[in-house]
Amino acid sequence: MKRRTFTSLVAGLSLGASLLGTSAMAQDNMRIALVVKALGIGFFEAAAEGAEEAATELGNVEIIYTGPTDTTAEGQIEVINSLIAQGVDAIAISANDPDALVPALKRAMQRGITVISWDSGVAEDGRQMHLNPSSNALIGNMIIKLAADHLPDGGEVAVLSASATATNQNIWIEEMTKVMGNYPGINVVSTVYGDDLADKSYREAQGLMQSHPDLDAIIAPTSVGIVAAAQAVADAGKAGEINVTGLGLPSEMAGAIESGASKSFAIWNPIDLGYSATMIAHALATEAATAEPGSEIPMGRMGSVTLDDTNAAAMADPFVYDASNIDQFKSIF
Amino acid sequence: MLKRLLMSREALLAGAILLLLAVISTRFPAFVTPQNLGNVFNDTSPLILLAIGQMIVILTKCIDLSVAANLALTGMFVAMLNVAMPGLPVPIIITIAISLGAVLGMVNGILVWKLAIPPIVVTLGTMTIFRGLIFVISDGKWVNSHEIGDGFKAFTRATFLGLPTMSWIAILAVLLFSIVMARTTLGRAFHAAGGNPHAATYAGIDVGRTQFWAFTISGALAGLTGYLWVSRYAVAYVDLAGGFELDVVAACVIGGVAIMGGIGTVMGAMLGALFLGVIKNALPVVDISPFWQLAISGGAIIIAVALNAQANREKGRIILKRAEHAT
Repeated sequence: MKRRTFTSLVAGLSLGASLLGTSAMAQDNMRIALVVKALGIGFFEAAAEGAEEAATELGNVEIIYTGPTDTTAEGQIEVINSLIAQGVDAIAISANDPDALVPALKRAMQRGITVISWDSGVAEDGRQMHLNPSSNALIGNMIIKLAADHLPDGGEVAVLSASATATNQNIWIEEMTKVMGNYPGINVVSTVYGDDLADKSYREAQGLMQSHPDLDAIIAPTSVGIVAAAQAVADAGKAGEINVTGLGLPSEMAGAIESGASKSFAIWNPIDLGYSATMIAHALATEAATAEPGSEIPMGRMGSVTLDDTNAAAMADPFVYDASNIDQFKSIF
Repeated sequence: MLKRLLMSREALLAGAILLLLAVISTRFPAFVTPQNLGNVFNDTSPLILLAIGQMIVILTKCIDLSVAANLALTGMFVAMLNVAMPGLPVPIIITIAISLGAVLGMVNGILVWKLAIPPIVVTLGTMTIFRGLIFVISDGKWVNSHEIGDGFKAFTRATFLGLPTMSWIAILAVLLFSIVMARTTLGRAFHAAGGNPHAATYAGIDVGRTQFWAFTISGALAGLTGYLWVSRYAVAYVDLAGGFELDVVAACVIGGVAIMGGIGTVMGAMLGALFLGVIKNALPVVDISPFWQLAISGGAIIIAVALNAQANREKGRIILKRAEHAT
């Protein structure tokens, strides 16, 4: 009896000491690990830049930018285990596999580490919240807005998609169709499919120019299609006349912006993404916010996000790239 | 003589292409303007080049499924070479592209010749290896239009006597290989090696070596097309020309090349490629659902093969005429 009281007392004391210990460390310097799919990828290097920006803004935050050398789930599990051993305060991860990482991340959460996923998500069990770069509705609205912004008097636009069965593209086009009412005078005259092949997309873009001589813009919500369409428009000598827009990567679209075949296009901004993920991880780790459906989490200069039923949220509209900022981003991703 | 010429497979196919153009013009008249037909021919030039190479390979009872991967690997290689050494003149780049393509073709040829592995297995394997190599050399990254030199891109856009260079290359290749196939020992050997390998061996033709040269020619043409492709579309990535090998085989089959070897002409391969090229270019402008487009392309191939099978069906032969009369 006496002995048991003694043990429980010791246990209580040590627990108290460890609690004191962690809280003392947190005040000292909060350590947030930004785990990426693989090191050496421009997109993630840019995200790390954003995370550092957030750390400077918050103060007392140290960013550990880490990840495996190749994009495997096993590599990320090793990284997570080592982070648990180091006792970091938060892990923000872009996952190589939604399910394989769940056990390791669960273990991290049991140790009191805040776990969120960003960019590429983890299954609900393995994280407290997930930050999507954007949402289908925001993307659908953005691609038509990009075309409409350069057509104040209205005009004819056509969509060049990937394959006719591509899930992402079909959802975005559907979302785009829903908001067409907000852009009076803009008519979608045709939707064609380039199957994400450079030659087929090029041919389809040529076909669009032939069958719709008054075409004003081509919207391609796919990275192969937008590049091929821009090339077809430039080769036909219609750069400046037909605006190719949609979703693309700055490194791949730099030539099209230069030739004038594309006035602007969009994709998420990795710097903002790294910044927001860090802000959210900090807010959850300091318990300034809680991760539950409906709760609102602040993320500094990016405003705030509201979590949905699956504890996921969309950061913002895709970021627009044009002649003014393409040079800054084309070497990043 | 005239009747035979009119009834030849090439004439029938040319007629079919004209009929196709007539049907398309009822729905979209602008398609048959000389300007647009020139564009269609130019767009089909890569397919014509590859179909010539494939025809020679099929003549020798083989098949080359690695052409598109060869094209993509060579294309990626010369694109990266251009980025690394922007000063390299285009003629040298083209020479490198043809040589590299030929070497890759020789790999196929050696495996088929020396190890006697079935060509479909060899080229399925090398197809995957070549695609893998593109990933290895490029690290999965694209070579983009702003990184590729202007000279590199200008070559396929230059015009000579109203036609782009790419069209001229296809025309020259058709003329060159028509002569090679009809007038040289090697050309006749291709026919003999596939038509009747045993008889060819007795006539002193090394069937394996002939197949080796067929693969080498196919590879060299794929290498040349690799450069043209990257120059034209101004982009190089791992999946470049994905699935194109099937179009190439289809062009040959439509062009009357017998898949069992021994029968086929350069003109047929070119017309087969043009038939597919017209369909591919017409479908986007006649506004047909993409699902139907696939069905129409497939239907055209099956009809062509069915006609082929009819035409090539041998009538029963009486080998002992005297014996027949005797009974």
